[in-house]
Amino acid sequence: MNPAPSVILFTTLSGLGFGLLAFLSAGLVEVHGLHAFFFWAAGYALAVGGLLLSTFHLGNPQRALLAFSQWRSSWLSREAVAAVATLLWLAPVALSQWLGFDWPPFWGLVGAILCAATIFTTSMIYAQLKTVPRWNTWITPVMFQSFALAGGAILAGQKPVALVALAALAVVQALVWRIGDGRFAQLGASIGTATGLGSIGTVRVFEQPHTSPNYLMREMIHVVGRKHAQKLRIITLLFAVVLPLMLLVLAPGGPTALLCAAALHLLGAITSRWLFFAQAEHVVGLYYGAR
Amino acid sequence: MTTLPHSTTKKLGLVIDLDTCVGCQACVTACKGWNDQGYGAPLSDQDPYGAAPSGTFLNRVHSYQITPEDAAPIIVNMPRSCLHCDDAPCVTVCPTGASYKRTEDGIVLVNEDACIGCGLCAWACPYGARELDAAAGVMKKCTLCVDRIYNENLPEQDREPACVRTCPTGARHFGDFADPQSHVSRLSAERGGMALMPELGTKPVNRYLPPRKKDVMQASPLAPLLDIQASGFAGWLDKMLGKIG
Repeated sequence: MNPAPSVILFTTLSGLGFGLLAFLSAGLVEVHGLHAFFFWAAGYALAVGGLLLSTFHLGNPQRALLAFSQWRSSWLSREAVAAVATLLWLAPVALSQWLGFDWPPFWGLVGAILCAATIFTTSMIYAQLKTVPRWNTWITPVMFQSFALAGGAILAGQKPVALVALAALAVVQALVWRIGDGRFAQLGASIGTATGLGSIGTVRVFEQPHTSPNYLMREMIHVVGRKHAQKLRIITLLFAVVLPLMLLVLAPGGPTALLCAAALHLLGAITSRWLFFAQAEHVVGLYYGAR
Repeated sequence: MTTLPHSTTKKLGLVIDLDTCVGCQACVTACKGWNDQGYGAPLSDQDPYGAAPSGTFLNRVHSYQITPEDAAPIIVNMPRSCLHCDDAPCVTVCPTGASYKRTEDGIVLVNEDACIGCGLCAWACPYGARELDAAAGVMKKCTLCVDRIYNENLPEQDREPACVRTCPTGARHFGDFADPQSHVSRLSAERGGMALMPELGTKPVNRYLPPRKKDVMQASPLAPLLDIQASGFAGWLDKMLGKIG
């Protein structure tokens, strides 16, 4: 699949944003006044910024409001509804921490759950697709939650949680690759079943239907960069987990170290998400004898 | 709503005969021609006369070589377009309600006025039936020529999809699969009509007829006569030359 920058940045930034918002909303971060304002502003900026970036992927973004209508059937629509509902729900919690008035704590706890639910809807946009076997597995939602949890914990300055979440993320990320690598074969789709001709003999492409790439090939048979997959996996683990972990353990606590750790982690998350797309193979490639 | 109808009154679709298709691309051209001027945004081309031409098509004809274990390879041409699935994943993923399946005849359509061009329906389709138009930014797909088949301004013989109407070998057939006595239902039953990629669970309506079994080439009845035993002078010469060799 084509690793479009708008979609990679949308999923990583909004995931990080909702992760941070969940920690703030749950009341785990001791913040007041201007301090609280900056924390909440960062969370909102990441979440909203990510959502806005996703509109760059659209052919007709001026109709984006319609995307709130089909929540009964569509995960993409649910994602839009959940994101906006969560951001609205969190507003009084943010205001109460900033301006110092009381708001019932349960409201914040519900807000944290809503953050997790929003990240889940984002992950299901990909996990629901049977046509992309690498994504169509239970580990995809787990991976999205793990990244949000680890990134959110780092940004929220929750050192002990962050250390555990980063370690868990390493395990989940390794599982994602291990399970993902075998998914296409498990599905059992081949050029033989795609054409229905496999029962006659060995099928291979004799001639392509067109001489230059079309939308399908550009969007779904994107093979650039796969040969560096192994190296990029190591870079992912290094930046998303190892370096932030070392910074958190070795560096003296303080906003600079936390921001550095978060920035490194985000780089790792972006690399991981790039691989998530670049390595994903769509079954339509079978018709073209390419994956 | 982009939920699927429980059942549709009719199940309109195509039977494509892979035995008769010669891969002439006439259906591709007829489809592009008709859908350039009627339903929805025209099918645009980018750089059509330049070095890297590209464009939107609703129908593409592939060619495959199939090598059986015990026979010579055969070439099969395979037109690929929307299969108007009963369980169409492209419909349910649509966030805006633009993508829908009609209750009356089962045709899967896109309401282009509501399409935001997110491309998720094209991702959800296993068959590559949907292409995002680069000029209009909306998703294009086979409409089963919905603006022909019910069009009373057209002569009756033209009220079928453009690809079916134009096919010079009669490899494409249009009809109602909900009616077991229809032309397409009987054709599919007789010839073992195939659903593509059934493991994806989409329950496609369109059927593909596999190539008929080819005759096995028999040895010529004249073959024994070819093994001519030379006699007389030629026979003597043959024997002598054989000895020298």
